[in-house]
Amino acid sequence: MKRKLMSLWQKLFGDSVRAFGVVSLIFLASMAVAPAKNFFSEWRHYQRGYLGVIRNRSEANTLRRHLKSGIQQIWLPELGVVDRCTSCHVGLKETSLADVSTQPYRMHPVIPHKPDQFGCTVCHRGQGAATTVEEAHNSTLAWEQPIVPAKYIESSCGECHQSALPGTPQLNQGRTLLSREGCVHCHTVKLPDGSAMKATDDPPSLSHIADKTSREWIFAWLKDPQAYAATATMPNFKLSDDDARDISAFLIANSTPVPGDSLTLSAKASGDATAGASLYGESFCASCHAVQNAAGNLVGGDIGPELTRAGSKLKPEWLQGWLKNPRVYDPATPMSHYRFTDVQIATLSGFLMAKADSELLGKVHLDPATPEQIAHGKRLVSDYGCASCHEIAGVKRPDNFAPELSRIGSKPVTQLIFLPGMPHTLPDYIASKIRQPRAFSPGLKMPQYTFTPAQVDALTTALLSLNDRSYTLPPSLAVRAKPESDYQPAGKAGKLMSDLACFSCHRINGHGGDMAPDLTWEGSSVQREWLGQFLKNPGTLRPALIRRMPRFNFTDSEINELADYMMTVYQNPGVDRDAMPLSGYPQGQIELGKQLFYGKYACQGCHIVDSKADKGYIGPTLTQVGSRLTAAWIYQWMKNPQALRPGTIEPNRAMSDEDARALTAFLMSQKGAKSPHPAKAARSRATKQEVASR
Amino acid sequence: MNRMAAVLMIFSVALVSSSCSRKPSSTAGPGPTGFGAAIVESSGGKQFAQTGALLPQPVVVQVNDAQGTAVPGALVEFAAAPGVTFDPPRGLTDASGQLTTNVSLGGMAGRYLITASTFDKTHKKVELKIEEIALGYQQALGRHLNEQYCERCHNPESTVERVSNYDNLEIKPHPFTEGDTLNKMSDADVTAIITHGGPALNKSALMPAWGNTLSKADIQALIAYIRAVSDPPSRSAGAVYTRN
Repeated sequence: MKRKLMSLWQKLFGDSVRAFGVVSLIFLASMAVAPAKNFFSEWRHYQRGYLGVIRNRSEANTLRRHLKSGIQQIWLPELGVVDRCTSCHVGLKETSLADVSTQPYRMHPVIPHKPDQFGCTVCHRGQGAATTVEEAHNSTLAWEQPIVPAKYIESSCGECHQSALPGTPQLNQGRTLLSREGCVHCHTVKLPDGSAMKATDDPPSLSHIADKTSREWIFAWLKDPQAYAATATMPNFKLSDDDARDISAFLIANSTPVPGDSLTLSAKASGDATAGASLYGESFCASCHAVQNAAGNLVGGDIGPELTRAGSKLKPEWLQGWLKNPRVYDPATPMSHYRFTDVQIATLSGFLMAKADSELLGKVHLDPATPEQIAHGKRLVSDYGCASCHEIAGVKRPDNFAPELSRIGSKPVTQLIFLPGMPHTLPDYIASKIRQPRAFSPGLKMPQYTFTPAQVDALTTALLSLNDRSYTLPPSLAVRAKPESDYQPAGKAGKLMSDLACFSCHRINGHGGDMAPDLTWEGSSVQREWLGQFLKNPGTLRPALIRRMPRFNFTDSEINELADYMMTVYQNPGVDRDAMPLSGYPQGQIELGKQLFYGKYACQGCHIVDSKADKGYIGPTLTQVGSRLTAAWIYQWMKNPQALRPGTIEPNRAMSDEDARALTAFLMSQKGAKSPHPAKAARSRATKQEVASR
Repeated sequence: MNRMAAVLMIFSVALVSSSCSRKPSSTAGPGPTGFGAAIVESSGGKQFAQTGALLPQPVVVQVNDAQGTAVPGALVEFAAAPGVTFDPPRGLTDASGQLTTNVSLGGMAGRYLITASTFDKTHKKVELKIEEIALGYQQALGRHLNEQYCERCHNPESTVERVSNYDNLEIKPHPFTEGDTLNKMSDADVTAIITHGGPALNKSALMPAWGNTLSKADIQALIAYIRAVSDPPSRSAGAVYTRN
């Protein structure tokens, strides 16, 4: 064996020339390793594969001409982007490759941005400079950001766009949920512009809770809020019976009465369910409050609390006081002060108190509270951070009760503790934590929410968008959210409008809800006489809508106060109300307008002018529009509806001045004298259709 | 020497194949107690969702025997193209013979064919194919615009929140899923009718012109949506993803 080796050595390195030759050969071979590695690299493999994919296509020559071989790179220094993804994803810009289903050759779907502008990793994450599939897509030790899964891709839009986009419904929903479900009460979320995300839910103050409800109800609610109301925002803290008992003891003991929030009426609470139901319907309570019907479906809005089991919760005297004037108990409530009469209050409170569920409190028996229990309850209230959401007299609102989430989307995976068996990625961690917080540790304080899987995905998307990149963007790229308007009307009318909570439904100057029409230019659009009549007795303008303006028992002076203020203040600078007369248009022009209405513009598709023949009910009924709107407003509206009300769905028809004038003349001739209740007819038709199609 | 190499080779092949097989029998749970002859869709087919997102409704399938009665305890497995996830991916049918699963579609826009399969008494595989549609960015934007501007007339279905205007129109508009008609219209024609209204194609003026209200990109997005949801599928609806 040894001899063999010796002779081999002699053969290779026996003399200097031979040795030199052999060493050179070895050297050459080792030099060839690098080019070989390059030759067999993944990106070359994919570029060759691309040629195979396009070979038999009709536009193969064009595609081949577009193909640049070698490593490709998008370099955007100001974004910190060095993306070599296009080395393998060679067909990204080829619109003809939309039907190719194998990656990495597919065309990039149409989006508002070009890859040359932003690169790839700004949206998709991953390691842009990498040239192998594994390193580019998946988390490696050196790189924390794997490709973001497609279901969360909208999170990347949120890095630059702080306001809602029409193309990102999931991100918008997630952001809304963060505010509406109260996440930001406990978790601070600072946005890149320095402002903090605000909660839009309105957790009630607990300082006077004993006026409103019983200790037994508090106990049952704490144990399982969703058992009382399926739609409850309050999460389940999974409290033990003893803890719920002690917290309820503390809250009742801590409560102080509010003078005047409970009253005993001269009228007796009525048991007349029919009268109650019809008053509930006439007052459009269902616009804000939901009630579960016999089939188990929720019917009604989500602005106010669900009332399915209200009778098991509320004290009747408190409810009567609340219906009389809700602002006595809660000055900031979004509920309107309806100005109900005592008889109406008796009817409505009787109707609501009958909505009780005997099972809810049937099993709850609490002995009188001991001082120890009350003290323990107070400790629990501060331990669980109840005061982060609720005002509780004597308990300070804790600052930063839960971890700040301002940059949660960039949290390093190494800092996370995963559950056994779950994928080690940030999106999976966030989604699991929202789904079942206590699974991570039974001692955690974060409560159990009842989010649907889609809501969990939306929340995860919104949280992933809160990342380092949104803070380090060049300022020119950041699209800031419009600051929230805090417009408040002034004077006596202003006071009246907050008493009525007009802004819960109507928006004015960018402030308020979106359930009812925007009133920013109401003074230019309607006639003073009509407005007064409408406030006195709101009729139906849009028969297809199920939410309508309720009737408030206004005094005449209140109506004048409101109508005068709106007519004077809510004026559009571009509409001169007096520029066109309200009547007296020549018959010829009215006829022409009628022809245009039914012919060229086919307005009857959406509107009703002749309540017998026309059927359209997308837009408001126009049978009495000549008594309702000003001519100048109609004319300007014809010319450009979106200029007066951005986002309105009436299409802009780019009408000539002549057409707009003729249509204005025709519409102003519709004074509504002939048929006194056209809206009612239209509504009954709408209801019939609704029932038939259900 | 050679023998040892062969042994090593067999060993390594066994090792590799065992680590590659991703269907360990231990996760299958309790075995099936019933066997059907057919598998049918109860609900959840032909839904739209954004790429990667969860379908709004779960997919429910039912296993029936030869007489058409439901079979409880039959094993059903779901499969689809890579990227599609099922929760749960397999299970036994309940007392009413049904199995419900939540489906998230893959990351690319297009049609996904989902396969639900069960075994009959002779251990032969019985399959059902269900089609679902994933909307990309452009189609999803189109859907949003459809809900805002088009659907009140073009969708005959009413909901409590949104009453359809379809029945009130003298000349009925085409629902966007009506592929038989809409697939015959070119993109240029659909663009023209949206931009300039019905009269542009000698159709009813009840279809107004939207060219001054919607941008060109909006109209393209709407067309992308219409093409994506049409039934039967439009030629330009994009790829179909099946289990490979």
